[in-house]
Amino acid sequence: MDTLLQVKDLGFSYDGGHQIFKDINFEVLSGEIVCLLGPNGIGKTTLLNCLARLREPLHGNVLLNGADMADMPPRSVARVIGYVPQTLLPSFDYTVLEYVVTGNAPWLNTFEKPGPKHYQRAEAALEQMEISHLAQKPYTRISTGELQQVSIARAIAQQARLILMDEPTAHLDYGNQLKVLRLIKDLSTKGYAVVLTTHNPDQVLLLDSKTAVIDHHSIFHFGPWEEILTEELLSDMYGVPLRLIKVEGINRMVSVAPGL
Amino acid sequence: MLLLLGIFISLSLGRYSNDPIKVLNVILSRLGMNVPVDPTMDSIVLNVRLPRVLASVMIGAMLSLSGAVYQSVFRNPLVSPDLLGVSSGAAVGASAAILLGAGLATRQLFAFAGGILAVFITSLVPRLLRNRSNMMLVLSGIIVGGFLSSVLAIMKFVAEEQTELASIVYWQLGSLASILGHELLAIFPVFLVCSTLLLLLSWRINILSFGDLEARTLGVNLRQVRTIVIICASLLTASAVSVSGTIGWVGLVIPHLGRLVGGSDNTRSMPLTLLIGAIFMLLIDTLARTITSVEIPLSILTGFVGAPLYALLLYKQRTRLE
Repeated sequence: MDTLLQVKDLGFSYDGGHQIFKDINFEVLSGEIVCLLGPNGIGKTTLLNCLARLREPLHGNVLLNGADMADMPPRSVARVIGYVPQTLLPSFDYTVLEYVVTGNAPWLNTFEKPGPKHYQRAEAALEQMEISHLAQKPYTRISTGELQQVSIARAIAQQARLILMDEPTAHLDYGNQLKVLRLIKDLSTKGYAVVLTTHNPDQVLLLDSKTAVIDHHSIFHFGPWEEILTEELLSDMYGVPLRLIKVEGINRMVSVAPGL
Repeated sequence: MLLLLGIFISLSLGRYSNDPIKVLNVILSRLGMNVPVDPTMDSIVLNVRLPRVLASVMIGAMLSLSGAVYQSVFRNPLVSPDLLGVSSGAAVGASAAILLGAGLATRQLFAFAGGILAVFITSLVPRLLRNRSNMMLVLSGIIVGGFLSSVLAIMKFVAEEQTELASIVYWQLGSLASILGHELLAIFPVFLVCSTLLLLLSWRINILSFGDLEARTLGVNLRQVRTIVIICASLLTASAVSVSGTIGWVGLVIPHLGRLVGGSDNTRSMPLTLLIGAIFMLLIDTLARTITSVEIPLSILTGFVGAPLYALLLYKQRTRLE
């Protein structure tokens, strides 16, 4: 597997003030899932935004396919990295297809409009997400679960190889949360790399992925979850006692609270 | 087609004669055909009605298109093209010219400069505050617009009641009564260049309407595209307003109509909005000069027609608005 993204000594602060995080080093290989864990306000989303070049880091570099992202035009970054925001705030009722076709933007000139080829690409992405039936519906009138799928479909239409997701399960009911995790798992088997933030450590175990943790001393941990997640780290990070237990019958580790 | 038909009907209506055959003869003869022509009619059609008809078509198109663009860029269907202070700037410019006793040409120049200057100041505030978000730009527009309306109020306060004040008020209601051919020539290049650019960028404008974050993750050079789009839309509004005075409602209502007919995708709704705006303004201006023996200011008619139309459109879209 080739290295898509390398993060080197990354640090960030708002307006040069208090440093949110520092000394962040990790790599993302293609086809790999990385879950970003950490307490509220520690800078998970900010880190994700630095990876998408939505924010300028204070120091350090992000390398995309070996090239420093800071020197790349926005278009080139968008050809590799897709971003699925936590919530979409639609202001006009574009149809799902009209919305997904905008994934072609980094592949078109500024004055160019999408042609049949680009609409086909969007339709293929909808098919891959199994939401072709939504194509002509206004994207203001579908459920939040469907909207999440539409958003992922656009990243696929974008031909991104790395998809960043900011709390993809935040506004979903339990069933849809698991469906989205399933989708993420599918994406990774198809070769997409996915970096997501989450509040639920059990999702890391479900995805059986690598994990990046910013603990509440702002120390960064990175590796396969088995090496990183311990009961001590989790309990310390969230400030409540948490257990990691192997559940017989489903044969997997779960992260649970022993009680209130 | 509808537009051409509308232009012909409008050319046929007027105080001198309403005979469409005579008008048709004038057009045919000017196209090189040998038909009997009424020379008075010829002069009226070419020198009086034609500039006016073309002006109304162009101004309707300009205001509607820039309205559609502003609504998309600012992600708000309640926005009209004077959000960033174009109209109040132009009004202050025109009033200044009136108070200085300047002629019509100077007044238009002042109005245009005032409108552009207002947008420029509006765009300066977010830069000074180092917050380039859309919201900051909108707030800045409110600040500049509010300040300028006070400036305008002072001008009205000191104006000579019978002459200057009347002129200012009349200007603010909008009219094409005194339009001349060379004024059309002056705004035509702006219309051509800015409309073409905006229509070419219509798909990118879709992306701008998703908000800054999404536009940037799609690799759009946000600052560049947004700057071009806002400059073009502001130039369109300022040019239109400098010739006609302020005309309300058009830039707000017509884009809704365009989206209702063509859907939200700007690649379809923007050309439609431009066309519908042209037809709408042609209709309004034709009414303004024909229903009574005196000219009715345009904003009065656009308000009477536009406000109920807007209510109707909202009724049709009610399920789409949450």
